[in-house]
Amino acid sequence: MNKKRFAITKEAISIEEIINLVVNPHAGAVNTFIGTVREFTKGKQTLSLEYDAYIPMAEKKLVQIGEEISEKWPGSEVAITHRIGHLAISDIAVVIAVAAPHRAESYEASRYAIERIKEVVPIWKKEHWEDGEQWIGDQLEQTAYPTGKPEKEHLS
Amino acid sequence: MITILFFAGHQETIGKEQIEWNKAGVTISELKRDLQEKYPALTLDQSMAAVNEEYAADDTMVNDSDIVAFIPPVSGG
Repeated sequence: MNKKRFAITKEAISIEEIINLVVNPHAGAVNTFIGTVREFTKGKQTLSLEYDAYIPMAEKKLVQIGEEISEKWPGSEVAITHRIGHLAISDIAVVIAVAAPHRAESYEASRYAIERIKEVVPIWKKEHWEDGEQWIGDQLEQTAYPTGKPEKEHLS
Repeated sequence: MITILFFAGHQETIGKEQIEWNKAGVTISELKRDLQEKYPALTLDQSMAAVNEEYAADDTMVNDSDIVAFIPPVSGG
């Protein structure tokens, strides 16, 4: 398994290992977010998913999100691993662990991390359905790049 | 010579993960235009470009031996 704090992996993710990367004596809270493969999206059944990534850039962008969190919530520690390849229903696609001195910032930072992943990390998912398949391209599950592309301030 | 990487739907459209491109010293928007001429089925309008693993604006100059990637709207998480 991967021991990097910010990683893209082709293997199943161990939640415990991600948590162990952030646990520390200054933390009073460890918040974990686990993103799983959803079977039903607005009534449409997904049979399985495939994730692809531009791995070196994706890992860099995960590191960047970690740096943003350290600035916004000083004292917090973050680890993020995203799985790629073929995933079945309810498989774990992403695990985010945030350790923080107090619970409020652990929740906030965790939420921030998943939203930023959906904005700037070059990972794509393809849904396989009974009657076809498609690469999904809707940031934040709404529209493709709200303004046509990621906002300038998201890109640095 | 520059290297161009394609992902997700783009990769399926042109049937390749990467190509070598023999024309440096152009901007991203010029490169997009040239690629769309060569691959009419490719639609890059909604895609961001990255140069050497960092997002790049349309007026960014692409230099020799750069690695350019076209990033369709992402859907991780």
